[in-house]
Amino acid sequence: MQIVKKAQAGSFESSDIMVLVEPSEKPGRYIEIDSSVDIQFGEQIEYAINRKLDELQVIDIHLIAKDKGALNLTICARVETAVKRAAGVQKGFIP
Amino acid sequence: MKNVIGRNIPEYINGIGKVEPFLGAWEKLKKGWMDEITVPPPNKAKLPHQCKSCMDLKTAIEKTNPHDGMTVSFHHHLRSGDNILVMTIDILAQMGIKDITLASSSLNNSHDSLLKYLKDGTITKIWTSGLRGELGKAVSEGVLDVPVTIHSHGGRVRAIHTGKIQIDLAVIAASAADEEGNATGAHGKSAFGSMGYARIDSRYAKQVIIVTDNMVEYPCTPTSIQQHYVDYVVKVDSIGDASKIATGTTRITKSPMDLRIAKLAADVIENSGMFTEGFSFQVGAGGASLAVAKFIREKMKKSGVKGSFLLGGVTSYGVDMLNEGLFRAIFDVQSFDAAVSSSILKNRNHIEISSGYYANPYNCGCMTNKLDIVVLGALEIDTDFNVNVITGADGIIRGASGGHSDTASGANLTVVVCPSFRGRIPIIKKRVHTIVTPGETVDVLVTERGICVNPKKPELEESLIKAGLKIKKIEDLQKEVEGITGVEKPIEFTDKIVGIVEYRDGTIIDVIKQVKNAN
Amino acid sequence: MLYIPGNNPAMLQHGGIYGADSLLLDLEDAVALNQKDAARILVRNMLQTIDFYNSEVCVRINHLDTPFGREDLEEIVPLQPDAIRYPKTESVEDLRKLLAIIEDIENKHNLPHDKMTIHAMIETAMGVQNVFDIASFSSRVDALTIGGQDLMADMNIKNTKEGTGIDLARKMIVMAAKANGIDAIDTVFVDVNDEEGLKKETEYAKNIGFSGKAVINPRQIDIIHEVFTPTNEEIRKAYRIVKEFKRNKEAGIGVFAIEGKMIDAPVVARAEYVLELAGIDYKNV
Repeated sequence: MQIVKKAQAGSFESSDIMVLVEPSEKPGRYIEIDSSVDIQFGEQIEYAINRKLDELQVIDIHLIAKDKGALNLTICARVETAVKRAAGVQKGFIP
Repeated sequence: MKNVIGRNIPEYINGIGKVEPFLGAWEKLKKGWMDEITVPPPNKAKLPHQCKSCMDLKTAIEKTNPHDGMTVSFHHHLRSGDNILVMTIDILAQMGIKDITLASSSLNNSHDSLLKYLKDGTITKIWTSGLRGELGKAVSEGVLDVPVTIHSHGGRVRAIHTGKIQIDLAVIAASAADEEGNATGAHGKSAFGSMGYARIDSRYAKQVIIVTDNMVEYPCTPTSIQQHYVDYVVKVDSIGDASKIATGTTRITKSPMDLRIAKLAADVIENSGMFTEGFSFQVGAGGASLAVAKFIREKMKKSGVKGSFLLGGVTSYGVDMLNEGLFRAIFDVQSFDAAVSSSILKNRNHIEISSGYYANPYNCGCMTNKLDIVVLGALEIDTDFNVNVITGADGIIRGASGGHSDTASGANLTVVVCPSFRGRIPIIKKRVHTIVTPGETVDVLVTERGICVNPKKPELEESLIKAGLKIKKIEDLQKEVEGITGVEKPIEFTDKIVGIVEYRDGTIIDVIKQVKNAN
Repeated sequence: MLYIPGNNPAMLQHGGIYGADSLLLDLEDAVALNQKDAARILVRNMLQTIDFYNSEVCVRINHLDTPFGREDLEEIVPLQPDAIRYPKTESVEDLRKLLAIIEDIENKHNLPHDKMTIHAMIETAMGVQNVFDIASFSSRVDALTIGGQDLMADMNIKNTKEGTGIDLARKMIVMAAKANGIDAIDTVFVDVNDEEGLKKETEYAKNIGFSGKAVINPRQIDIIHEVFTPTNEEIRKAYRIVKEFKRNKEAGIGVFAIEGKMIDAPVVARAEYVLELAGIDYKNV
């Protein structure tokens, strides 16, 4: 999927994650993660985000995530939502 | 050397000396006496009509012969509204006193400003039942050379009796006092209720200063602290921030999760066989544990079962239950809200007790030994039912041992209530970071995702199952939670010991290591 | 039956812990219009991953007349929750359209047509008028629910605690449900802090034939269970009735008396229902 515009998904609530995505200036994935559970789960969060981007076939992206202890399934849901919004492929959606 | 629950404890710790590893919750008590010699309390003399009043705290402190290496003690009945502890250390620091051992019954966020004294060598040793905020963080990062000793409320009394803590100066805040030093926390604008933790200090400290913002005409009653142990009396403008000392009433949580856990815990208690006429009961003041009292109150009213006594840290909720006739007495070592102070004053069945009476293992029967049911919280619990209430998920000290291990050891039924995970971090673990309360003293764990019974209590498990409660094996629950959260990466520690956790009998149950990559 | 907002991960992930008989993961009114896609994807992932324990799981989708309903079905139906709750059901036409899409999706995924059921929500005057036809339209419709707030809005009447204005609707919905042998679930009680009021309304709902009640806060669950669960006294009485009935039947007696009260077939049926609610196998009494 091609990131064509800025988009975000999620929230700053506990157990949620705010994901902001935009087209990256240079080719590749640029991922910044800030998490309340960084010490324990930082690597897993990054892994989960990357696997989701693989699945969505996103190659170039700038992604910023602010995590408040979201479970993997929530992280994946928010990444998917943000990416689909940014790629303009979301259906059943009022922006 | 490994202690009996598999924790590595060195035989000798610099600045502490030789330590005795934990042997089991009741092993040392079986003997019937304590091997350590009880040190004598100081004997002092005053002349008739000698004046104890001093114009300010500094003058009083100067009279007590402050010196390098001294031990200064405080109580934590003012909670996070305390002004007196910091005020005292400020004065000692200005006098240039170094190498102070701080022996407060607990420490909290109101003591954050002490940090500079830990850094500059004014304070070099700490004894406390709890440590939080900036101090907890700095200690965990290794600011002190000598490890902090974390004791229980009962264990502190023992440590003073044995001379492990030798108090040179006790500065005791009171919300009312008279010129001779009779003092109480039961009335005055800064009323905080029971003075249970301060009594042992008044008896054993070489010098005792009472500090109050409310000098009353002689005599000040009730005499929670008695004049014949007091050297000096000081009036100050304020002993602390009244709004943080005692709020009006403690409210029951509205968190659906805490209420759910509390409801399950109350069901466990009701069907444990221990919920019978004349039972005694203690709950923590925190979210889910206090909420258990709400459900137990309803069950008592419905079934007509009446209890014997309530114990411990007391909230207005306990006072309500006393007034409704659900319990015959409250034994109060620490009060949590304003309503409790007035009850202590007015109700003779609301009895102020010392921490020795409350929980010291070495006497002929502390109250915790008479306890039927206690409900306690946890920062972490492991599959051996060991409980951590001192270090957080990041390994940093941010909690309190308090009466946790005392009550768990004494009660017939110890119920630990906590969520199974909090913000993705599992609370239930294969191994807790720090053991404060040994698993052999914990009977049931109640979480929102299941109830686990210690395999040492098969009869209990059976009666709970008969009552229709769903019981999970604690190992299964741990795996289930890990399945939801994922496996966490372990926290890294260095080899430096920054804290030792003393069990109530004086043995060492665990040590706390310095966190690595402290930021 | 506990409502959980579909875009709230904290509440969704703990949905199963409260002992609710049924969970309603809500993609409709509890989700802001610009978050419909986020909630849909989140609920889908929750259904895939989270154990809701013994609670039945339903998903309330958006109406097919909105831009969201179709997409909701595409994401949710493949996961076959226990039920789909369809808001503002007004006619059999609504259901026909809904079922056609559901079955189409099920066919695409090789899924059976008889596993996931439909809860029709009646929350307009038109829906109330057509409720019997709605209840009898398909065997997949296994529950009717009343949406009190929307119905009051549709009827342009004030929300009173007594719920006088929607009393007829309540009874018509129950009647239609009973006539078709399916469940009727009462609407939510919105004042979370009024435990007495909740108890009263739940008792009323039980007395006019509802088999359950929706809640918006987990704190309300225990009160509702308390009302719907038979008391020990009721269970004892029911047990005695069923037992005496069996004994008398063997002796060839159909109607008899306990403590001066006539016991006949309807009384026995009611007693059997009480035992069933209490989880007692009445056939082996």
